Amino acid sequence: MNRITNHQLYRLITAHFAEIIREPAVIFWGVVFPILMAWGLGIAFTQKGEVHLKMAIVKVIGNQDTKSETKLEGFLAANGIKKDSSYTIDLKNEKLGNVSLAFFETSWPNAYTMLKKGMVSMIIEDGPAGIKYHFDPANAEAKSAYQLVSNLYEFGPTFYAANQSGIEPLTMKGTRYVDFLIPGLLAMGIMMACSWGISYTIIDRRSKKLLRRMVATPMKKSNFLLALITARFSMNVAEAVLLFLFAWIYFGTKVQGSWPALIVLFLAGNIAFSGISILISSHTSNPEIGNGIINALVTPMMVVSGVFFSYHNFPDWTIPLIRYLPLTMIADSFRSIFNEGAGFMDVWREALVLTSVGIISFILGLKIFKWY
Amino acid sequence: MTDLEYIVDVRQVKKSFKDVRAVKGVNLTIKPGEFLALLGPNGAGKTTLVEMIEGIQHPDEGEIFLAGKQWKNHEHELHQMIGLSLQETRFMDKLTAYETMRLFASFYKLDTVRVNEVFKLIGLEEKKKAYVNNLSGGQRQRLALGVALLNKPKILLLDEPTTGLDPNARREIWNILLALKKEQNTSLILTSHYMEEAEFLCDRIVIMDQGSILAEGTLQEILTLGGGHRSLDELFISLTGRHLYE
Repeated sequence: MNRITNHQLYRLITAHFAEIIREPAVIFWGVVFPILMAWGLGIAFTQKGEVHLKMAIVKVIGNQDTKSETKLEGFLAANGIKKDSSYTIDLKNEKLGNVSLAFFETSWPNAYTMLKKGMVSMIIEDGPAGIKYHFDPANAEAKSAYQLVSNLYEFGPTFYAANQSGIEPLTMKGTRYVDFLIPGLLAMGIMMACSWGISYTIIDRRSKKLLRRMVATPMKKSNFLLALITARFSMNVAEAVLLFLFAWIYFGTKVQGSWPALIVLFLAGNIAFSGISILISSHTSNPEIGNGIINALVTPMMVVSGVFFSYHNFPDWTIPLIRYLPLTMIADSFRSIFNEGAGFMDVWREALVLTSVGIISFILGLKIFKWY
Repeated sequence: MTDLEYIVDVRQVKKSFKDVRAVKGVNLTIKPGEFLALLGPNGAGKTTLVEMIEGIQHPDEGEIFLAGKQWKNHEHELHQMIGLSLQETRFMDKLTAYETMRLFASFYKLDTVRVNEVFKLIGLEEKKKAYVNNLSGGQRQRLALGVALLNKPKILLLDEPTTGLDPNARREIWNILLALKKEQNTSLILTSHYMEEAEFLCDRIVIMDQGSILAEGTLQEILTLGGGHRSLDELFISLTGRHLYE
């Protein structure tokens, strides 16, 4: 036992591990924050109650008497509840969920200010020639508001409650937003933990001349890197288990596919990002440059790899590129195991590519690695 | 063939970085147990020379022998016999002093007996359980010195070990080094800006400037150079027109 505890690899692993677990910020960002994010996003997109949409109405003065009631005002007065200068119309549908529409009468400048601040989704111009809808068609909420209000105005409040028999809401496991989110968060956790936990640690220790001090001893250089990766991997396992346990208990998330395949893929993901992390931190000793390099790696992948929302919203020509990003490969494969019941044979190619990327990056990184 | 009378033997060593000639054909020898101070202003070439002795820089020309061996093909043996303390090294903040010492001891396959001996030597026994980032500057420097002494080095390289320390902390470091000197098992190469440090601790002083050695000898020998001077700084001004600590 004493021989093991005196061995440099053991001491390096325990030293790196102690550095991680003794830093409260690391525990917060590595363990608590992903759980909070899963909880917040899961709640926000899964347990939706009533939807609230707000619109500004600008009455345009024409040749008519300004005090006379327009057709829209008459409609709102007949179907809505008036409070000060606003009307509320509630639309009920058990299967679609209830919607509350609020209309605020105001001026053009105020309406634009409200739109810019996100207080309303759309401006309705109520003029002598009828009504016009001003909204951004690229904004999904504004588009939805337009469709609801235009149908409401044309067909009356009953349109929303009609034809309920043709709707079958999906509630089974694997089809909810949270089922999409959790595998993405697990994948992102691997990337973030390796990038910051390995790359930044190396750059920081190089900048403090600790690496130079260490290589002036008989320490095996490979042991230093191996220990850093091992300590980080142990922490990644703990972080992933805690996030999964939370999702399992709180959201009822389940792994429908193969557990061994999930473990192999988790390992492959860690190998990939550990190798990449060694490569990107192989040269610089300036933590600020290191920050930039790490951000340049992780930020684009966080945005495009479909952690939070599907990458299929990006232009078609980008999809093949996005699909082969390491984070996308991990997230997609995790999702297929979690939600589609995939087994090892469905994800072995991804596991192999990720492992190869990790090993090649590690070897390249070692070739150009600067210890001081 | 190298002369084994010297533990460090630097022969006609040159080193350039792009257009800058950092070391211009330096010869230097150190006997076993001898304490040598390397003085000179910033840019004199001291650090480059020490880094070449330490093995992390390779000379463009010339040869360096440590205990008769060159770095090429003898890295493992030579790492076992040198100790090093850098001016700005920072250990892992969240490790205790004891854990730090044990970590470095494991590189030399040393057990806790030696770790405890070193703690006694550097007078940090009461701070064993303190995190490194909770140690004072002087205590951190003593820890760095302790780490450098773990393997009972034949050659100890200290790069400005007392820079930034208060007089008391500096005196504590000097006392540890004086105790080491009495044992006569370790040779010391000390780079410093403090002339009194060189005068107090070292048998021989080497003054460098612009990559060359300007003067070399015992304190008395080099002060008498050029007609006698009251201090090393005065001598340096007479040689270069500049202060030693610039």
